Amino acid sequence: ATWTTEKFDEVVKKDKVVVFMKGVPEQPMCGFSNAVVQILRMHGVEGYGAYNVLEDEELRQGVKEYSSWPTVPQVYIGGEFIGGCDIVLQLHQQGELIEELQKVGIRS
Amino acid sequence: MSGITCEFLQEKLQKELNPIHVEVVDLSDGCGGKFSILVVSDKFEGKPLLAQHRMVNNCLAEELKTIHALTLKTMKPAQWEKQKET
Repeated sequence: ATWTTEKFDEVVKKDKVVVFMKGVPEQPMCGFSNAVVQILRMHGVEGYGAYNVLEDEELRQGVKEYSSWPTVPQVYIGGEFIGGCDIVLQLHQQGELIEELQKVGIRS
Repeated sequence: MSGITCEFLQEKLQKELNPIHVEVVDLSDGCGGKFSILVVSDKFEGKPLLAQHRMVNNCLAEELKTIHALTLKTMKPAQWEKQKET
């Protein structure tokens, strides 16, 4: 399938938490993607949508344009773009990630 | 070699975001491909973290095309004061 805006809209709403990353959660291929996976694990987030940009060049470019964000990983919660690794880490450290997850009914 | 230096990034951030504190660390042994940046600015007041990071990304849009890896942290002045105490 081609990564149109409609397709992205659909994909980011399909799961409560969606991550576009390098590699897969079982085997991240980059330290930044690994950090996001570890933080989600710490919060007990399971079965989130994970999409490997290394396997799909169109996705890799498309996701950056869709979110107007220059890098991967990218994290979506409840269909909303939250940010990359640094933002997720800082939200985690400040305790705000718990609130974001609660909004979609995930208790960490 | 990207030719990008800490001083260059620091000056650019200084000019555009008028930070009360800015730290740029080159993590690439001088090749200019990997940086860690901390920006503390009044301009972040009332803005969510995503918006704060976008401001820095926009400021460094040209450089981000060649920088391979960037660790970015943004803070409001009050958060920075609090962190300094601990």
